[in-house]
Amino acid sequence: MAKQHVTTTINGDLAEFLCTPEQTLLDVLRDVLFLTGSKEGCASGDCGACSVMLDGRLVCSCLVLGAEAQGRKVETIEGMAKGDELHPLQRKFLEHAALQCGVCTPGFLIAAKALLERKPDPTETEVRYWLAGNLCRCTGYDKIVRAVLDAAAEMRG
Amino acid sequence: MNDPRTIGITERELKIVGTRPLRPDGVDKVTGRAKFGADLHVANMLIGKVLRSPHAHARIKSIDTSKAEALAGVKAIVTARDFSDLPSEFIPAGEMMVNFRDMTRNIMAREKALYEGHAIAAVAAVNDAIAAQALDLIEVEYEVLPHVMEVEQAMAPDAPLLHDNMYTIGVDPKPARPSNIAKRVEFALGDIAAGFAKADVVIEREFTTQPVHQGYIEPHACLASVSEDGQAELWCTTQGHFIVRNFCAKLLGMELSKLRVTASEIGGGFGGKTVVYLEPLALALSRKACQPVKMVMSRIDVFKATGPTSGSKVWVKVGATRDGRIVAADALLKYQAGAFQGSPVQPGCMCAFAPYDLDNVRVIGFDVVVNRPKVAAYRAPGGPIAEYAVESVIDELARRLKLDPIEFRLKNAAKEGTRAAYGPKFGPIGLVQTLEAARASEHYRTPLKAGQGRGVASGFWFNIGGETCAALNLSEDGGVTLVAGTPDIGGSRASLSMMAAEELGIELDKVRPLIADTSALGYNFLTGGSRVTFSSGMAVVEAARDVIRQLRERAAKIWEIPVDNVIWEDGHARAITDDSKRLSLADLAKTMGKTGGPIVGNAAINAQGAGPSLATHLVDVEVDRETGKVTILRYTAIQDAGKAVHPSYVEGQMQGGAVQGIGWALNEEYIYDDKGRLLNAGFLDYRIPVCSDVPMIDTIIVEVPNPRHPYGVRGVGETPIVPPMAAIANAVANALGIRFTALPMSPPRVLKAIEEAQAA
Amino acid sequence: MNYHSPRSVKEAVDLLAAHPGAAHVLAGGTDLLVKLRSGFVAPELVVDVKAIPQLRGIQADASGFRIGAGTSCAEIGEDAALAAAWPGVVEALQLIGSTQIQGRATLGGNLCNASPAADSVPALIAAGAVCEIAGPGGTREVTVENIITSPGRTSLARGEFILAFRLPKPRARSGDAYLRFIPRTEMDIAVVGAGVALTLDDAGVCTHARVALGAVAPTPLLVADAAKALIGSRVDDKALAALAAAVSAACKPIDDKRGTIAYRIKVSGVLARRAANIALERARGRHG
Repeated sequence: MAKQHVTTTINGDLAEFLCTPEQTLLDVLRDVLFLTGSKEGCASGDCGACSVMLDGRLVCSCLVLGAEAQGRKVETIEGMAKGDELHPLQRKFLEHAALQCGVCTPGFLIAAKALLERKPDPTETEVRYWLAGNLCRCTGYDKIVRAVLDAAAEMRG
Repeated sequence: MNDPRTIGITERELKIVGTRPLRPDGVDKVTGRAKFGADLHVANMLIGKVLRSPHAHARIKSIDTSKAEALAGVKAIVTARDFSDLPSEFIPAGEMMVNFRDMTRNIMAREKALYEGHAIAAVAAVNDAIAAQALDLIEVEYEVLPHVMEVEQAMAPDAPLLHDNMYTIGVDPKPARPSNIAKRVEFALGDIAAGFAKADVVIEREFTTQPVHQGYIEPHACLASVSEDGQAELWCTTQGHFIVRNFCAKLLGMELSKLRVTASEIGGGFGGKTVVYLEPLALALSRKACQPVKMVMSRIDVFKATGPTSGSKVWVKVGATRDGRIVAADALLKYQAGAFQGSPVQPGCMCAFAPYDLDNVRVIGFDVVVNRPKVAAYRAPGGPIAEYAVESVIDELARRLKLDPIEFRLKNAAKEGTRAAYGPKFGPIGLVQTLEAARASEHYRTPLKAGQGRGVASGFWFNIGGETCAALNLSEDGGVTLVAGTPDIGGSRASLSMMAAEELGIELDKVRPLIADTSALGYNFLTGGSRVTFSSGMAVVEAARDVIRQLRERAAKIWEIPVDNVIWEDGHARAITDDSKRLSLADLAKTMGKTGGPIVGNAAINAQGAGPSLATHLVDVEVDRETGKVTILRYTAIQDAGKAVHPSYVEGQMQGGAVQGIGWALNEEYIYDDKGRLLNAGFLDYRIPVCSDVPMIDTIIVEVPNPRHPYGVRGVGETPIVPPMAAIANAVANALGIRFTALPMSPPRVLKAIEEAQAA
Repeated sequence: MNYHSPRSVKEAVDLLAAHPGAAHVLAGGTDLLVKLRSGFVAPELVVDVKAIPQLRGIQADASGFRIGAGTSCAEIGEDAALAAAWPGVVEALQLIGSTQIQGRATLGGNLCNASPAADSVPALIAAGAVCEIAGPGGTREVTVENIITSPGRTSLARGEFILAFRLPKPRARSGDAYLRFIPRTEMDIAVVGAGVALTLDDAGVCTHARVALGAVAPTPLLVADAAKALIGSRVDDKALAALAAAVSAACKPIDDKRGTIAYRIKVSGVLARRAANIALERARGRHG
């Protein structure tokens, strides 16, 4: 079970790590690189708490092998704010009280950011279907959807 | 606790309470910085894993751990042998009772495995892979026994017995034979037979509900470290780190003061994180290995081994006169407890008819053990099951009487002075106000389209108070550290800080809240029972008033006048004799070292007077008559919050509870094979609502202040899950003309009923 | 376990051949990683085929479309020409899992996982899709309906893997559609799936039809009798009723945690009828 050496880019910075072939990208982020903002809720792609961007695509990092990150670009919640400036989605989630416990929040933010990059003016229905892979058990989704729609409006200017 | 020198809440305008500021822990939670249960890593850490029973019911004949112990990298293995047996003893946890004889058997199977997923042994090893390999090397010899899954089969005289020494409590004389019925409870008022004799219309129905899981997104996780001298630290995700400390100390024979428990951020609980599973195992492993041990449950383990709420059979009979007055109400509740006694049948009995003002009422409940995981509290534990059945019957009665369902409820609504069947006379409560708000709502006045249905249901939860401490530490620059002991599960740092700032008359951002570990603050009962904003809020207000008392003393000292001549208003001390003598909190804090030393406000209370919270929900549905699929079109939740300290988070509780209820009503259930093995232990097939399943959840907050709280607060967290199941069943009945008496109303069940109705 | 990411078809074929029976092909990983985590599979070798150029991207030419078997569903869904030509196929593959799953899941994986409930498969079968398969013996072509042989098993020989899917250029006045039933709106495995492709003549009479079902038998089904119910008709209510009856008659479902036998039989007919109506509308709207 020799470990593999992987070179990748995480949140814009070069990163190197060793992982076993079985380790997922989520395992690597959390337990090797200590980037614990991505959460494990199910380890089967059903909850979205581990959402990250991989080469610009929204994925569940629990369904990506660590070794697959070789030569690719990974973006996590830890890279979402720029310096001391929160991303508009992060601000809107706070303003709308779109989180209660907060454990699903990083996944929702990454997923919502991916949506607004593709579709700056989504309808409520589009937001709901895009975010259907992110489970939240606290909020009933209402304030999350409002926060995303409001952030979209602000970002459109 | 009222300081006569503090201007009473009713006399002043609120500046902060009732507004919607950003939560103080918000940035940590939107940046991934917040540390949840599984987010801690420490040096020299081992990974712990649990071997679980593949059988629903089996005698454990032997456990051989020798091969696993011999595996390189394995540092410790524990089984039931590592925990002392404990006597039967009941203690409260949330709204439920726990028994240590049972608890030690639930965390680690002793004589028998009583459900699939029951812990048999635990291993700590240098990494995850070796720990997993070690589990495979543990040899367990089982004698598989017949199992029983449903209450009625478990109550049958010839049922397989889970515990051969369990005799039903609450039956006189004590039964001659043991059974799976742990307890019988009964609450009654008036004369039930005489009541029914007066009824013009009587509806009698039997309902079935399935166990449903709390479904928190964060699995259970902890990190324990026991040093060679027996001092221990435990980091875990829990609704109550003080009760975790007490439970673990008892299970492991430790002194309370030697175990320090820190609550991580908690990724949802809903009652499910009020008990211990991994924590005592991690401590036992760490004690053996003398290294830190981290344990995290898989989602499969969460479903197979942690508490859902009960499945049930509920029989309800209600009689009313032609003019719409309920004259008698009777119910029989049979709740699954899981493998050990302690279903929420008692609170279920208390809630069943609580929204109504009844002269003749009786509720009988049975707590029944079955070969399923031991139930844990789930949001208003017991209430939703009983009230689903009652509110369905109330709806049917209203239809039979040709009365508007809101009108019928208003005619019978409990109000201040109503005596509940379980004993107390209610103080001010807001059911009538929620019903009136529902009736006046735009939602209720909007006509339905063809084929759609609308449902209404009300709900009750009593809420609790309990032991609570808080401290406010003043800084020299006028800032305040708020120290609370109740884990913040959904915004309580915000609500507590707001009450502190309001009392002290300072800006909210001068208050920095934190949740203290068990060694840094006096005992706090858990975050549960909708008690935090009520109880910790009360403690924070008392601590603030303690700070104000000291500030007035300091000002009196500076001005050389009697303290009684100093009042506190608008964040300042002022001399009543001289308006020009005014010092702010910051002024007084700056000099506190010279005027008498540090200022700390403390409160240690047993909060009493939690006011019940009542709600009414409205829902519109559409049913696909060819597939049986129910779509929620529109939803409005109306609830009495007493006083909404931070209305956004009150709305959030109402919306979240409503959507959990939608899941319970439509799709959530446990599916077992004929051997008692769970087939849907994951979020793929245990179907909690996803974002596209639900509409916006409109909210109307009603405020009928609770006179026992300084700001009029009532707990709001639990009541929202009570009305949805009946509201949706009533809406489906309205759409289809078919009354469903079983949950979930999943597409195959709905289609079958539609086809049967068409055939009939 | 070892992980390899070969850059060529030959390299992949050689790796798979060197580990007979103990190697797994990794495409999107949305099924394989779940099986790895649960211990359901424990391969010696995982061969990640996504870096092989022949498995990537979509090409269109006069004969139709070639979709690389390792192309993510998200990428396929963004191809406007494909969505215009085969809307049913694209709808079906977009139903696979969440947005996150779409970012990874592939047609090759969805087919070779060999689930009777795979959403893309009935739509591909209805559309008449063909697989390009690479293996030790070179490449060969097989229709999609001939790949899955039983739950979890395919007709692929040891060392073989799918390179691409070919879809013909749609005929004039043709349309396709796919519908599935799930208890929620997203995130579920199909309880029933129905794909329909049909072609009309200038008079509006159906000249060609293919009807395929998912989750109602051990493998996806191509139902000839259901197609016969449409061919020669104007796809009117009578034909649709006959279609639904033929579909329900073809089902050999099981009772499981996702649905009952009776439910699947009933709903398969309902969905096939609804899908045929959508395909019909599309066919009427497509000229030339």
